Amino acid sequence: MSEKRQQETVRSLSETEVSGDHKASIALGAYMKRSWQLYVLFLIPLLYVVIFKYGPMVGAQIAFKDYNVVKGLWASDWVGMKHFVRFFNSYDFWRIMENTLFISIYSLVVSTPLPVLLALSLNAVRIRWFKNTVQMVSYAPHFISTVVLVGLLLQFMDPRTGMINQLFGLFGIDPVHFMGEMKYFKSIYVWSGIWQHIGFSCIIYLAALSTVDPALHEAAVLDGAGRTKRIWHIDMPAILPIAMILLILNTGQLLETGFEKIYLMQNPLNLKTSEVIDTYVYKIGLLSQAMNFSYATAIGLFKSAISLVLIVTVNYTARKTGQESLW
Amino acid sequence: MDTLSAAKGDRLFHIVNNAVLGLFLIIVLYPLLYVLSASFSSSSAVISGKVWLWPVDFSLEGYQAVFRHRMVWTGLQNTIIYTALGTVVSLFITILAAYPLSRSDFKGRRAFTLLFVFTMMFNGGLIPSYLLVRELGMLDTIWAMVIPTALSVWNVMIMMTYFRTSIPKELLESAQMDGCNDFMFLLRIVLPLSGPIIAVVTLFYGVDQWNQYFNALIFLKKEKLFPLQLVLRDILIQNQVSQETLGDVQTAAARQGLRELLKYSLIVVSSAPLLAAYPFVQKYFVKGIMIGSIKG
Repeated sequence: MSEKRQQETVRSLSETEVSGDHKASIALGAYMKRSWQLYVLFLIPLLYVVIFKYGPMVGAQIAFKDYNVVKGLWASDWVGMKHFVRFFNSYDFWRIMENTLFISIYSLVVSTPLPVLLALSLNAVRIRWFKNTVQMVSYAPHFISTVVLVGLLLQFMDPRTGMINQLFGLFGIDPVHFMGEMKYFKSIYVWSGIWQHIGFSCIIYLAALSTVDPALHEAAVLDGAGRTKRIWHIDMPAILPIAMILLILNTGQLLETGFEKIYLMQNPLNLKTSEVIDTYVYKIGLLSQAMNFSYATAIGLFKSAISLVLIVTVNYTARKTGQESLW
Repeated sequence: MDTLSAAKGDRLFHIVNNAVLGLFLIIVLYPLLYVLSASFSSSSAVISGKVWLWPVDFSLEGYQAVFRHRMVWTGLQNTIIYTALGTVVSLFITILAAYPLSRSDFKGRRAFTLLFVFTMMFNGGLIPSYLLVRELGMLDTIWAMVIPTALSVWNVMIMMTYFRTSIPKELLESAQMDGCNDFMFLLRIVLPLSGPIIAVVTLFYGVDQWNQYFNALIFLKKEKLFPLQLVLRDILIQNQVSQETLGDVQTAAARQGLRELLKYSLIVVSSAPLLAAYPFVQKYFVKGIMIGSIKG
């Protein structure tokens, strides 16, 4: 008796399941009939992302293989972690890691707070035309190309004809070959980046500051709060969430030292402090006579993996400590 | 009493603040001004360091030398083509990605967004990308300059957020009642309402394409395909100036002078188009970037 009921229940359950499926498929059919055009639109970008963003991720498997042009991507022989181990043990490893980390941390430490300061400072200006002029001018360098920027650096810092050394000459200081001195490389890289991008980076903070309710400031003034106090207690909290988000994003980019600029700034004299992962990968993989695709890919993949771990960790920490986070 | 001292402190604050910003203004502006002035000076004035703020011995010899340089013309022409084509392709594909993702009734939206955003945090790296482009037969073609970096996920997110926040839902509902399909809605209603964001994203892509040299460096070997930035690199950074450019200049010193002057003029020529276009679009910037910062 109970067995029979059980069977019935089972049967009816499976029936509802079938009819449920059926219903869902009808609903899906109706949905697709209504919305298929959205999927048609989305098809091109989706294919694009799969091919050009995920394609290379699939291709990155050659980091674990000995890539052979004749055999191709799939048929080349697996070699496990060989290329990674080779990189970790190589003579260049520590120097490159040190340069990469030093440059990125240096630039993170400088380029995170400075745009915030600029935004706070601009926001406090009461003379409108002055504020607008500073803002307009500060965006301009952002649109200069990397090649031109490095060209500018070379022109200004030329030991003989450069403006800086001519200025030094007026004061009787001996000319300095800035681009040829190893110890200056990182500072030139970071501070020229600040010069170029600080104005543009501060836009986002200015936008956040523009949403601050003026009534807050008025009330604070009535309570006798000076400008500096108001900046600290009203403006800063408005900026902090965005600063946090950008910090997380930038941490994820920690090893992504701008290849283009560093590569252009390199010369045989400063190579010891200027070689970073990205330039090394390019030289090993594409520039050297014996193109070593697998080895170069392994180094690149090592970098990507660390970046991913970093961004996930920072985001996790931010979320745990109750700060703004990406997800 | 308290407010009085606060007011006094404020005055001090504003003096210091304005002074610091004034200094900042000079630091940003001076190098730009110097380049512009140097480019209009004579070569002997540039090399002997007489130029400080304004052009000395006004002359156009630098510009004449720039345009005698055949590769500059080739590069300029290529860059214009790459920028125009690249921007159109990028804009097209960005709109196609952003619009469906902005629709809350687009099933799979979350998964697709994740698929896109993940590529901002992880990538296959330089060599696999190079091999892919090679595999697709795009090496040494115009497509290598346009396709591999056509889509910026960041721009998709900015545009998606704009669509979602500034196109009212009611508009879609009433259009659907009138029998308007999604293609038509995007074309006739969404796009005409999205001028500011289209301007911003166009500018971002345009600037990127104009300044692009990395793709050219790794994907192009044929000189006649070189964009301006690659030509610039040869001249500005590797100091390679063709003989024809130096014209009939005889002495070594004069040659050296013209070489330096040429660089300043070249910097002006290559950066002028962007700097000239930018005051017209700059009012959209703040808007575009603000939109991007709203959490999706």
